[in-house]
Amino acid sequence: MTPLIEMKHISLRFGGNQALKDVSVNLYPGEVLGLLGHNGAGKSTLIKVLSGAYQADSGQIFVEGQEVQVKTPQDSQRYGIETIYQNLALADNLDAVANVFLGREKVRGVALDEDTMELEARNVLDRLRIRIPSLRVPVQNMSGGQRQSVAIGRAIYFKAKCLIMDEPTAALGPEETRKVGELIKALKSEGVGIFLISHDLHDVFDLSDRLTVMKNGAVVGTVNTKDVTHDDVLGMIIGGVMPKGVPSADDQAPTA
Amino acid sequence: MQNAPTTPSAPRRSLLESLGVDLQLLTMLLALVIVWIGFQIWSEGTFLSPRNLWFLAVQTAVVGIMVGGMVLVIVARQIDLSVGSVLGFTAMIMAVLQSHALSGKGWPWELALLVGLGVGVLIGAFNGYLTAYWGVPAFVVTLAGLLIFRNATFSVSNITISPLDPTFQILGGGNNGSIGGFWTWVFGGIAALLIIWQTLLGRARRQRNGFAVRPVWAEVLVTGITLLIVFGFVKVMNDYPIPGTNPPVPAGISVPVLIAVVVLGFLHWMSRSTRFGRYIYAIGGNPEAALLAGINVKRMLVYIFMLMGFLTALAAAVQAARLNAATPGLGMNLELTVIAGAVIGGTVLSGGSGTILGAALGSLLISSLVNGLGLVGVPTEQQNIYVGIVLLVAVLWNTITNRRKGSR
Ligand SMILES: Nc1ncnc2c1ncn2[C@@H]1O[C@H](COP(=O)(O)OP(=O)(O)OP(=O)(O)O)[C@@H](O)[C@H]1O
Ligand SMILES: [Mg+2]
Repeated sequence: MTPLIEMKHISLRFGGNQALKDVSVNLYPGEVLGLLGHNGAGKSTLIKVLSGAYQADSGQIFVEGQEVQVKTPQDSQRYGIETIYQNLALADNLDAVANVFLGREKVRGVALDEDTMELEARNVLDRLRIRIPSLRVPVQNMSGGQRQSVAIGRAIYFKAKCLIMDEPTAALGPEETRKVGELIKALKSEGVGIFLISHDLHDVFDLSDRLTVMKNGAVVGTVNTKDVTHDDVLGMIIGGVMPKGVPSADDQAPTA
Repeated sequence: MQNAPTTPSAPRRSLLESLGVDLQLLTMLLALVIVWIGFQIWSEGTFLSPRNLWFLAVQTAVVGIMVGGMVLVIVARQIDLSVGSVLGFTAMIMAVLQSHALSGKGWPWELALLVGLGVGVLIGAFNGYLTAYWGVPAFVVTLAGLLIFRNATFSVSNITISPLDPTFQILGGGNNGSIGGFWTWVFGGIAALLIIWQTLLGRARRQRNGFAVRPVWAEVLVTGITLLIVFGFVKVMNDYPIPGTNPPVPAGISVPVLIAVVVLGFLHWMSRSTRFGRYIYAIGGNPEAALLAGINVKRMLVYIFMLMGFLTALAAAVQAARLNAATPGLGMNLELTVIAGAVIGGTVLSGGSGTILGAALGSLLISSLVNGLGLVGVPTEQQNIYVGIVLLVAVLWNTITNRRKGSR
């Protein structure tokens, strides 16, 4: 099986700070790959290389086996990659509808087709079951969870092949978090590949097929979720070593 | 997955919410009405005479043409301090090119106008390029522009260039510079039809899609008042007769006012209903988000400054045509009036928020003050005190209302 996404030997330096050191990960269609690591480990930086926000100093990216150049966010969108950023990346002064469609507005002639966009934004946000009374107020006046669901709605509306979720539930309540979990499972069954970054081990264990742990900009290892315990993973995050007797799942298509 | 109800419930709504009008715009209108009535009393009935209102409109035109561009510049978190000097520079270029005074044979005014507009656009592109691609703050780039282009104006000609081509002068609204009674009614009629059509169409579409619409009474009230303003405008423009005609022939809308109204109407539509406008606000709200959404932020900034340059040159043509002359000092300090108009009209200097209509009213408020204070005999040097006070009050008011809305 060809991986949906392969990132090979990615390195990136911010001034004197080597944020990514020879990082390789891959993601298969219909798979959830959990990306774990301490704060500042380089998780967001890695996925921003894939989303076109940053450019790696060296390394290669393959989409469905083809090498691609991801120089801008548009490039990434063109390859079917959608991203929910950790800081949400919303234009706070615009309303929910404008944010869901930002950069890809529906138009009729040259004029924005506001009604169609509002209807479709409402539909996609209804999937998340979060209460947003009006989609027509600036998102800066919304709650953290409402804002987060706008960012999620924006990413799932465009029917991505690969979805990057950088701490998608950080601001959500338990009920809404459960809803996002269901959403992830639904997308997975549709064949979407998902990078899931989260500090909530419980959620990550529940949702992901494989886990990649990063420490100080380098990959500690990749394991099958069902082969490891919470303590094994904590050992990887803190100690930076693979647990004894657990096979590496670096390049392994999901079995189940 | 089944759908949750798509129609947002409509619980108790305040009067303002059901009217669906911008609070900021409403306060601006109110302030304007108060100022006008005040001057009407103070000037013992001269201020609101058709003659004075007609001239007030002409006096507002030059700033009105530029202020919409400035709103967009500021909304995108930039500033353009060079517009006053660029206005002087482009006016001088247009005057020199068409006048017979210097070279002996002038160019056709159309060509001179085109070159002037082109120079304005180029200067804008340069400002935008340095700001967007080299990361020089717009404040610095355009401050340099303010200094450079004022001197450049003197280098092109350190004397006043006059007279200008008679046809070119029409742009300034002088002789034959008004569209007359008939066309003024036609203009008003088209504007009214557009407003009614847009309202009905938008309402029908929203209802078809199951969205909340204004209650009928509110729709009628808002549209009614808008139409009243349009017809009031037409009436005043036509009540002013062309001087020296007997029986009086209505002057109608003067060309500079027509240009300003069309420019502002277009920018209003563009800022709200096109991708270009949407991206300007997105950049102002969160430049990083705009970038991550795939918007070419740098190129957008260049376009915004180019638009500002174009509008400045257009205003320069109008100003020079109105004076029938280009002076080396033309447009001095004008950048301050334009920025003040935008800010009084609710544009926030930190970016992301501001409306064309608000800025149009803000500029009208400033020129009303200057005009009214002049009428009642307040010396020019003192007029700026009042403009300054209004600026402060407006910004305070905006800060307070924005804080209550919970933004920033
Ligand atoms: N734009 C930037 N400029 C300079 N350094 C950066 C930039 N972005 C990230 N870094 C640095 O790169 C390293 C990795 O940061 P990154 O945001 O990828 O961590 P993370 O694993 O996502 O952490 P967290 O769990 O806190 O989100 C950090 O040391 C950070 O300071
Ligand atoms: Mg992060």
